Amino acid sequence: MLVLLSWLKDYVDIDVTPDVLEEKLFSCGFEVEEKYQVGKDISKVVVGEVKTCEDIPDTHLHLCTVDAGENGILQICCGADNVKAGGKYPLALVGATVYATAKDHKTVEGLMTIGAGKLRGYDSFGMLCSGVEIGVTGDMFEGGDYNGLLVLPNDAVPGEDVKPIVGLDDWIFDVSITANRPDCQSIFGIAREVAAVLKKPVKEPDLSYSETGVTKDFKVTVEAPDLCPRYSCHYVYDVEIKQSPLWMRRRLTLVGCSAISNMVDITNYVLKEIGQPMHAFDENYLEGNAINVRRAADGEKIVTLDEKEFTLNNNNLVICDGVKPVALAGIMGGLNSEILDTTTAVMFESAKFARENIRKSSSALGQVSDASARYAKGVDEYSCNMALKRALHLVEELGCGKVSSTHFDVNTGNSIEPSELKVLVSQVNGVLGITVPNEDILSILSYLNFQPVINGDELTIQIPAYRSDMESYQDVAEEVIRMYGYDKIVPTFMPTAQVTAGGYNLQQKTELKIKRDLCAAGAFEGVHYSFFSPSDLDMIKLPEDAPERKAIKLINPINIDLSLMRTTLAPQMIKAIANNQKKGILEGRVFEMGSKFIPKSLPLTEYPDERETICIGVWGNNEDFYSIKGLVDAVAKSLDISFDYDVTEKTFLHPYRTAKVLCDGVEIGYVGQLRYEIIDELDMRVNSYVAEIDLRLLTGYYGKSRKFTILPKFLEEKRDLCFVMKKSVTNAQIEKTIKETCDYITKVELFDVYEGIQLGLDKKSMAYSVVFTPRDEEFTAAFIDGEVEKNLSVLKEKYDVTLRA
Amino acid sequence: MADLNELSEKLSGIRQEIKDELLKIENSKHAFEYRKSIMDSKTGKIGSLMREMGKVPNEMKAEYGKKVNEIRTWAQEQFDELETKLKEAEMNLRYESEKIDVTMPAKMQKRGNLHPNTMVRNQLVDIFGSMGFEIYEGKEIETDYYNFTALNIPQDHPARDMQDTFYLSPEFLLRTQTSSGQVHVMEEQEPPIKIISPGKVFRSDDDATHSPMFSQMEGLVVDKGITLCDLQGLLNAFVERIFGESTKTRFRPSYFPFTEPSVEVDVSCFQCKGCGCKLCKGTGWIEVLGAGVVNKKVLDGCGIDSNVYSGIAFGIGIDRIAMLKYGINNIKLLFESDLRVLDQIDD
Repeated sequence: MLVLLSWLKDYVDIDVTPDVLEEKLFSCGFEVEEKYQVGKDISKVVVGEVKTCEDIPDTHLHLCTVDAGENGILQICCGADNVKAGGKYPLALVGATVYATAKDHKTVEGLMTIGAGKLRGYDSFGMLCSGVEIGVTGDMFEGGDYNGLLVLPNDAVPGEDVKPIVGLDDWIFDVSITANRPDCQSIFGIAREVAAVLKKPVKEPDLSYSETGVTKDFKVTVEAPDLCPRYSCHYVYDVEIKQSPLWMRRRLTLVGCSAISNMVDITNYVLKEIGQPMHAFDENYLEGNAINVRRAADGEKIVTLDEKEFTLNNNNLVICDGVKPVALAGIMGGLNSEILDTTTAVMFESAKFARENIRKSSSALGQVSDASARYAKGVDEYSCNMALKRALHLVEELGCGKVSSTHFDVNTGNSIEPSELKVLVSQVNGVLGITVPNEDILSILSYLNFQPVINGDELTIQIPAYRSDMESYQDVAEEVIRMYGYDKIVPTFMPTAQVTAGGYNLQQKTELKIKRDLCAAGAFEGVHYSFFSPSDLDMIKLPEDAPERKAIKLINPINIDLSLMRTTLAPQMIKAIANNQKKGILEGRVFEMGSKFIPKSLPLTEYPDERETICIGVWGNNEDFYSIKGLVDAVAKSLDISFDYDVTEKTFLHPYRTAKVLCDGVEIGYVGQLRYEIIDELDMRVNSYVAEIDLRLLTGYYGKSRKFTILPKFLEEKRDLCFVMKKSVTNAQIEKTIKETCDYITKVELFDVYEGIQLGLDKKSMAYSVVFTPRDEEFTAAFIDGEVEKNLSVLKEKYDVTLRA
Repeated sequence: MADLNELSEKLSGIRQEIKDELLKIENSKHAFEYRKSIMDSKTGKIGSLMREMGKVPNEMKAEYGKKVNEIRTWAQEQFDELETKLKEAEMNLRYESEKIDVTMPAKMQKRGNLHPNTMVRNQLVDIFGSMGFEIYEGKEIETDYYNFTALNIPQDHPARDMQDTFYLSPEFLLRTQTSSGQVHVMEEQEPPIKIISPGKVFRSDDDATHSPMFSQMEGLVVDKGITLCDLQGLLNAFVERIFGESTKTRFRPSYFPFTEPSVEVDVSCFQCKGCGCKLCKGTGWIEVLGAGVVNKKVLDGCGIDSNVYSGIAFGIGIDRIAMLKYGINNIKLLFESDLRVLDQIDD
């Protein structure tokens, strides 16, 4: 929120520098996001009094001698039509910074530094300036918009800084207000805080006015009290619409609000000053001498002040006259009752509307205004009342209308009187952990207008209506400490707390171990969003009825690409692989451990299943199916278990290079090579492989105790056996058979595969190294030979395997 | 073998021959062969001399043996000496031929590393785990109640605007803060409670500095007599361990509905030590977390008696810490699995 220092000073004496004020605001909870002098860009511009002024023949220029006070008498060429001897103007000295303007002398095109120059052969030591050139508009200083020199008052002293004269020495603070303090969304609200932190009294705004006794036959009804807890309005007549005085226009301009006309400006001024949105209706256009606050009928229409038409529904609140809607409540007035130059009577509205309704209407209709933004933050009833009075005071002060005695205040059920809160001083100090002296507590709370009384341990405060955030001793503690100073907190380390055990639990430890083991196997951990795109499911070519398509939808996604909770981790992994390849990284290993979201019902009526899943992606010319399978096995190894593999099919994986992963017969995932069609679609350059494992199905294996196997007493025997078999026989079949045939065999390792013409087209050869582990006695050669023979005959019988010659 | 003179002559002939021949030998293979031709007990010029002992008259036998032994010892010494010399030369040659460029790239075992967020998370768990904090991992999909209402953010509360929420149904949403886990823990456990709850959170924000998904870690202590002073003590201990010994904290008032008082916590800039630099935007301080004393309404709502127990809570942006610690300039880089990013940071 923009706060103008001079405006703030109406309500509190500020005798500290802007820097100190910023620090004070920061310390009590109001961060100043930006702070700048109004004339921050302008420097070395002083009052110049033109002593002599002669036309330069054949030009529009004038050659002037200008008194610049202590800067001497300077010769200056000036092209403005209103320069004349005896006049006082802003004078930019050599070295000054002012705004550069385009040829129209109005459009600012950045900053320029004034140098000594020559015009048409005449030396010029500076520049006499227009309002635009020093950043002063007609709403900031009389004559600021004139396309010529800015005329300074007669009492301006040559050589003095021009900034204080035209108000450029004022400061603007952009203050960030936390959501619990809507009462600070105004100049006066901030003034209260500044007063407290500087320990000064706050001055109340002048709310005085006198009613003429004239009344108007009028009726106000609130048909939707739930959406309009309070509605007050006052009739003003004999209105004369004209420009507001300069002081009001200046203040509005500097806090970012354009001046329009006195009545409209008063409503804006009050909004900025008191924080209460107001509206002024042209009373002559209110039919039926009535106002009715009600929900809009479905399909009802309104055109707002900015000439936009809206079709409304039952959720929108409207202000109606006796016949039709005349305002979108709390958002914007209707065009049909707009204040015009011809307006002669005004109905001022000051109301409280339910913040949630304004917020929803405003966002549903896409119509935002200062008022709606303010209502969305929360307006209290206290400011409703105060603002209307302030507006009527300003009507009188500006002399632009007569204040009637026709006043309405509907739904005054809620009190705007202070309410009492009793807490214990020991509770307050108990929250803080330090003992704040009672006199400090009393002083702090007094300056915050809480009228504190301490009686023994009991602290009683009166909560002003605008401080609805104050509810308990904790709130009091915060008020005390933010003014007392957080630097007075003394760090302690929970001396009263009990000892607890901490750290990762078994599941967390195990999952971290799996991650570390995958890293050790060359993979990098990645993290992807928990949501993905419906097109991701198409990308992996899932059929319409695939379970993965039953995904939870976001009601309000940022865009369609982030609109579904993921039901598989594969698509994002595939895209990450593609992105890496686009960036020229043609080899890599990545894994992600994260949740997929499986709804138990759609739409959601209970928590969905968040299933911890590992997804692995591998790509590169040196990688193949078996290298990603190695990573999957690394997961098994990490858990000290083993996985089995069997052929399967996946819509996005190679039909002959895809396996399902099994653990004790339960399918826990898949691994395979990405289909070439997808490789092409995503412009990938090298083959890529994906695996996905449902970790939830493995949690039963977490923390399985690891036992040491005592080393064999006798030497193990190793035999290398080279078989010939049909191509259709799998490694798994051979391995399993060998192991099953002899229980001394502890390891079967494939070490070579060969296919060649001499074996026959449908044959292959596979070589295994088989380890026999002895138990109680040494093996004899005959025993091993016997076991090998046994093995061979079983293999021959089952799969027609023969020993390679 | 007529007499010993003849023998002496023969021996000095052999001696001379060996001397001459040894000068010509250039490699150990040749040396080995030559040695054999001299020393072999059957065929060698010296070796075979002993076989002729039988033919030597008895009275000469002693002298004969002595002379032959003499020359044999001498020859052996000659050969040994030569072989040592040759071996050394040959080794030198071999070494020389195996000369490499030691500045060529090393052969590395391929190894990946953990995500920066996981690394930070592990560090946080180390720190807080050692202080007795358990780790509670909440759900990413939460109900409106746990994410908002139970945290003192009722329906029409202004604080709902602070966090643009992704809704999945009127009741379910993507949690906007890990604080939602607080309530589950407080409902399930009796004090004393010390937990941290790291995890992914979601807000409808997507621009240069915001990602719609990011990571937070909530911390919560509920016990008897816990105060704002304890909060600062705890956080001081934490920042010193994660950002370095001399790091200090600064509290400034802020607002979170579930804590009262609420503070933003700044740490003294660990890069410039508070002198003012680009990282801290010249202020000497960096905002790293939000914290406060748990609002009694939250405690009461979870069935914890706020007259007996009090609590402190804090929320840390894990990505923010990762970015600060490692100097990562764009949060979105954390979620793209770009190996050029992941490969850089191993802590």
